[in-house]
Amino acid sequence: MSDDHHDESEHEGIQPDTSISFRAKRAIAIHELLVEKGVLAAGEVEEQVNRVRSRSPLDGAKVVARTWVDPEFKSRLLADARSAVGEMGYSLTHDAELAALENTEDVHHLVVCTLCSCYPTSLLGPPPDWYKSFAYRQRAVVEPRAVMGEFGLEVDDDVQVRVVDSTADLRYLVLPRRPEGTDAMTEDELVELVTRDSMIGVSEALRPEAAMPVEAD
Amino acid sequence: MGVVFSAEPGQFDVGDLVTIRSDQVDHHHRTPWFIKGKPGVVRAVSGPFFNPESRAHGGDGVPKRLLYQVEFDPDVVWGERYHEGSKDLLLVDVYEQWLEPRG
Repeated sequence: MSDDHHDESEHEGIQPDTSISFRAKRAIAIHELLVEKGVLAAGEVEEQVNRVRSRSPLDGAKVVARTWVDPEFKSRLLADARSAVGEMGYSLTHDAELAALENTEDVHHLVVCTLCSCYPTSLLGPPPDWYKSFAYRQRAVVEPRAVMGEFGLEVDDDVQVRVVDSTADLRYLVLPRRPEGTDAMTEDELVELVTRDSMIGVSEALRPEAAMPVEAD
Repeated sequence: MGVVFSAEPGQFDVGDLVTIRSDQVDHHHRTPWFIKGKPGVVRAVSGPFFNPESRAHGGDGVPKRLLYQVEFDPDVVWGERYHEGSKDLLLVDVYEQWLEPRG
């Protein structure tokens, strides 16, 4: 700016934040080097980030709802998740496989990645922040029932809790139980009951009354 | 549960008793500290995956290594730190090179 008239009372307005942290600078430098050396194509990282962000828990919810209305689909999903979700138009990245874990009246699954934050991103999108926290990763394997209790889920003593530590290139999708009182609901309506947290195992699917918008009189 | 992506023969079958190697290694690996040296049971053969111990250090991850889902008794893994359900289970994915047969 060549304007020398500067009124001291004048606000500077919103300034662009030009400060870059050491880690951010390092990441940019590494990225530029990888592109320069031809390891990565320009835009490849951005493309991958956009790809993950384009997925959301709604995609997983559609898969779960399909298992509730179509037992044969459920069998195919449990046997080979990649091809089963492929039937619904979801293509997974080739880096990681997907497996479904079915909750029943006797067994409840809870997924954690104690080493980092492995998650079925190619189906559900990015994981929630708490899933990546040290607290969740440390406690889920030692006191899973207490952790689930903090999410509002009390698992009966006679139900076996299976904590699944996803340490490798195999990602897990929990299939929550279909709530009672949903026999008359359509597949599209059932999708609304399947929350992100129920597909990680820290909660159950919503009961129909909880999912219904409250109408004002 | 039967997640099987490959019928390739491995050293272990579902139901086999194993012990997780207790090696302390400097390189990247995917075996959590709390199962090292602990007894488990193979619950599923989850198929061959690129070897992360090679990939993390500039390698191509080949040959692929078999990944097993191993079942642990949380009481045995955590000892006095564990106060929850006695029939609950801890299932961890472990690469074949970390498993030893347990007689």
